[in-house]
Amino acid sequence: MAGRRLYGLMAEFDTPEALLYAARAAREEGYRKFDAYSPFGIEGLAEAVGFPKTRLPVLVFFGGLFGCCGGFFMQWWANVIGYPLNIGGKPYDSWPAFIPITFELTILCAALTTVIGMIALNGLPAPYHPAFNVPRFALASRDHFFLLIEAEDPKFDPKETQEFLEALHAQEVSEVEA
Amino acid sequence: MEPVEPGKNAAVAEPVLAPGHSFGSVTDQISAIVLTRGTGKKWMGGFAVAIALLLMLNFAITVLFAKGVGIWGINIPVGWGFAIVNFVWWIGIGHAGTLISAFLLLMRQQWRSSVNRFAEAMTIFAVACAGMFPLLHMGRPWLFYWLFPYPDTMTLWPQFRSPLVWDVFAVSTYATVSILFWFVGLIPDLATLRDRATTKIKQVVYGILSMGWRGSAKHWKRYETASLLLAGLATPLVVSVHTVVSFDFTIAIEPGWHSTIFPPYFVAGAIYSGFAMVLCLAIPLRKYYGLEDFVTLRHMDTMAKIMLATGWIVAYSYIMETFMAFYSGNPFDRYMIMNRMFGPYATVYWILIAANLVIPQLLWIKKMRRNMLTLFLLSLCVQTGMWLERFVIIITSLSRDFVPSSWGMYYPTRWDWMTFLGSIGLFFTLFYLFIRFLPMISIHEMRELVHKTEEEPAA
Repeated sequence: MAGRRLYGLMAEFDTPEALLYAARAAREEGYRKFDAYSPFGIEGLAEAVGFPKTRLPVLVFFGGLFGCCGGFFMQWWANVIGYPLNIGGKPYDSWPAFIPITFELTILCAALTTVIGMIALNGLPAPYHPAFNVPRFALASRDHFFLLIEAEDPKFDPKETQEFLEALHAQEVSEVEA
Repeated sequence: MEPVEPGKNAAVAEPVLAPGHSFGSVTDQISAIVLTRGTGKKWMGGFAVAIALLLMLNFAITVLFAKGVGIWGINIPVGWGFAIVNFVWWIGIGHAGTLISAFLLLMRQQWRSSVNRFAEAMTIFAVACAGMFPLLHMGRPWLFYWLFPYPDTMTLWPQFRSPLVWDVFAVSTYATVSILFWFVGLIPDLATLRDRATTKIKQVVYGILSMGWRGSAKHWKRYETASLLLAGLATPLVVSVHTVVSFDFTIAIEPGWHSTIFPPYFVAGAIYSGFAMVLCLAIPLRKYYGLEDFVTLRHMDTMAKIMLATGWIVAYSYIMETFMAFYSGNPFDRYMIMNRMFGPYATVYWILIAANLVIPQLLWIKKMRRNMLTLFLLSLCVQTGMWLERFVIIITSLSRDFVPSSWGMYYPTRWDWMTFLGSIGLFFTLFYLFIRFLPMISIHEMRELVHKTEEEPAA
């Protein structure tokens, strides 16, 4: 590790309960810049690392609204203004016939916003992340649970943080290269 | 079967995941199918058959494009032949996948975790097969883009009051949302494969596909919110898709088509055939890949019951259709029903009634639901029945409408059969590739299931 900057300290746990406990303890201890990694979503863990709420639903609402208004406008403009066609003597603005496509486009835009929004807010695709420098981190996608406290945290101190993590009964505490 | 205490619901007591599994064991077992098991002889054999059928499809399509739709059995009055029968059948099959992944997620049904992945894959491949047919059915398929609103040099626009245009939007939205849902579900599992892969190529390919997923708590939070939102969006979508498909019929004034019962009737029929397809795929998969721990008898039993229930909604629709034909006092509707039952296509109708309504009643018997062979055969029977149902709806109504002078018979040609069987080849080619290269059961959801079953004390 000579010459490389320290990104943080990573503690390894073998149960989701231990990780949840550790994350809550780190928060109480005053750490703010840390993250927890687990092979599946654990209820309460996001709150414990200080991320109680995501903006995603708001974005999705506006995505759906855009699809709804845009979809209706597209059909109305095309069949009423752009190229009016008399179909069976019905009025040009026969709006009930425009509802199915309006509905489909609402769902389409909302779903695209959901997925693109989730990926973008998560900062993915991320070709590189320091956490992967720890060889045992490969187990984060199998059956191990990790807590990573970043060196940038104002409370971070290589020695004290190491002791703090060890006191939480971490299986192993390793240094993470930046 | 273990004995169950009297008065206790057997289905509740039975586990959705065999006991004794840990986070590690579910991960290893499912990822090993893709990473270390290799390409087996049986896989190769099945894949070869699927590819052969796919090649036949390519041949049939090549001839079709060279000579035109005249090689099919369609004529005037029966302009919608096998192509539309196949289209409705395939898109209906897809519906069960979305229902399992979206609707059952909203209902918090834990058993869905082990079947949703391959059911969603089934949806996407079925929609791919379905989407092909309307294009092939066009006289000039290279002009298919006329259905989309695009900036045309003559400032022409699609006629948005037409159900055929609604169909384009419904099916393309459905395909897009299904792929998105499937891909989102795959991200954490692709990361698992990336971390467990031993060769460079696999690491790079799964690495790119997983986009650097690292299982951060913040990511999981957004991920789970996104899954829930997608489920909430996909549930009304799936209902709307087959509703719009049924509008293709109901908006026409053809006797037997112009009916308000069609949307719910079509949606129920779609779920019916879709669950039959899920069972058809699940039964051999769990046997050959030893997945009995994950896809348990309880899954089979539950899906068989859903089939039975939706089968009765379909039965109700048949009964109502017949009743209304007489009750409405409309002579054309009455003739349509009599023609279906006793006309030139009567044999097809009665096979449909046997395959869709009579034989599936065996599902009331618990032993039948739990014997994998009978369940498999019953699923095939339902799929045949549902295909025949679409055939009867389309062909009997078109061949004999209002004026006897415009009546005409429809007989499929070998090109119709080759295209139909070929589409089954396309479906299975895609499915074989899927089970070889992607985890067919959602690994991260299985880990979550392990976690949940650990939390709850065993009953």
